[in-house]
Amino acid sequence: MNIGFLCSLIRKEEKLLLDEFRRRGLELTRIDDRELILDLHRRQWDFDVILERSINHSRALHTLKYLNDCGVKTVNTYEVASTCGDKLLTTLALIHDGIPTPKVYVAYTPESALQAIEALGYPVVLKPAVGSWGRLLSKVNDRDAAEALLEHKETLGSYHHSTYYIQEYVEKRGRDIRSFVVGDETICAIYRTSQHWITNTARGGIATNCPVTPELNAISVRAAKAVGGGVVAIDVFEMPSGLMVNEVNYTMEFRNSIDTTGVDIPAKVVDYVLEVARR
Amino acid sequence: MALCTGCEAEIPLAPTTEIGEIIQCPDCGLDLEVISVHPPELAPAPEEEEDWGE
Repeated sequence: MNIGFLCSLIRKEEKLLLDEFRRRGLELTRIDDRELILDLHRRQWDFDVILERSINHSRALHTLKYLNDCGVKTVNTYEVASTCGDKLLTTLALIHDGIPTPKVYVAYTPESALQAIEALGYPVVLKPAVGSWGRLLSKVNDRDAAEALLEHKETLGSYHHSTYYIQEYVEKRGRDIRSFVVGDETICAIYRTSQHWITNTARGGIATNCPVTPELNAISVRAAKAVGGGVVAIDVFEMPSGLMVNEVNYTMEFRNSIDTTGVDIPAKVVDYVLEVARR
Repeated sequence: MALCTGCEAEIPLAPTTEIGEIIQCPDCGLDLEVISVHPPELAPAPEEEEDWGE
């Protein structure tokens, strides 16, 4: 079997995945996106499957599009990367499939963004449509803060900060859930607890095991399917009315979740990659 | 042993070390990328970019 591993930097997750492939005696072709030269006219590749683990969203996106167009199977697909890499597209996919998700307004100018913020009501959360690890998230508590932030974004931000993704602020009571979906199954989940309103483990959120209830499994798998399916991590809010999906991540990090949950996440991912290769 | 590019501390690399792996200097805390295993060689890890993430 000819398996590709698209990556650049090797985080803990990539190392665990590489170790798991090798433990099974499977040889991999590592493809470093920093060294990659794509001849877009070349259409023949011998890979049975490629596991995408690039840290750069833009590189992952373009390479997956090219590979999928060439008929190469990838985990995840371009469709999934494209949808999950853009919060606006993720929200649209969740809404399309009727999955509960926080209310979002989108605007394209500081003036219309301010109107949207006031219509949504304070506090709101402004997020870059493309971004991860809780970077540049802003909780906007009042009009003064909104005006200052919008001016800063207009003056200092690159072009994609001019799409204003404005989300209602959801009171999480100090924690949210990160669930891990592989194929048709929620393999495990963690609570992410923090005194800060941003609960990402990359920002100091503490991981503890979260039981996968039938409700959590159902909404997680539905969210995964809404973005195209595969190997994804779902951020879930617990609301009095039930569970609500915030975001879906397509190159999921899981270093804090293996010991916490007792689930061998790299093994589950490798099982899935091999299953895709055999289809 | 590899040398930290910041403080020149000698850092032992595990046999399973991968090229491209990010490690942290135990002495000065600098993030380093393994650019060669044989011979062991480190470089400062790349700065985080806007589209990095999961």
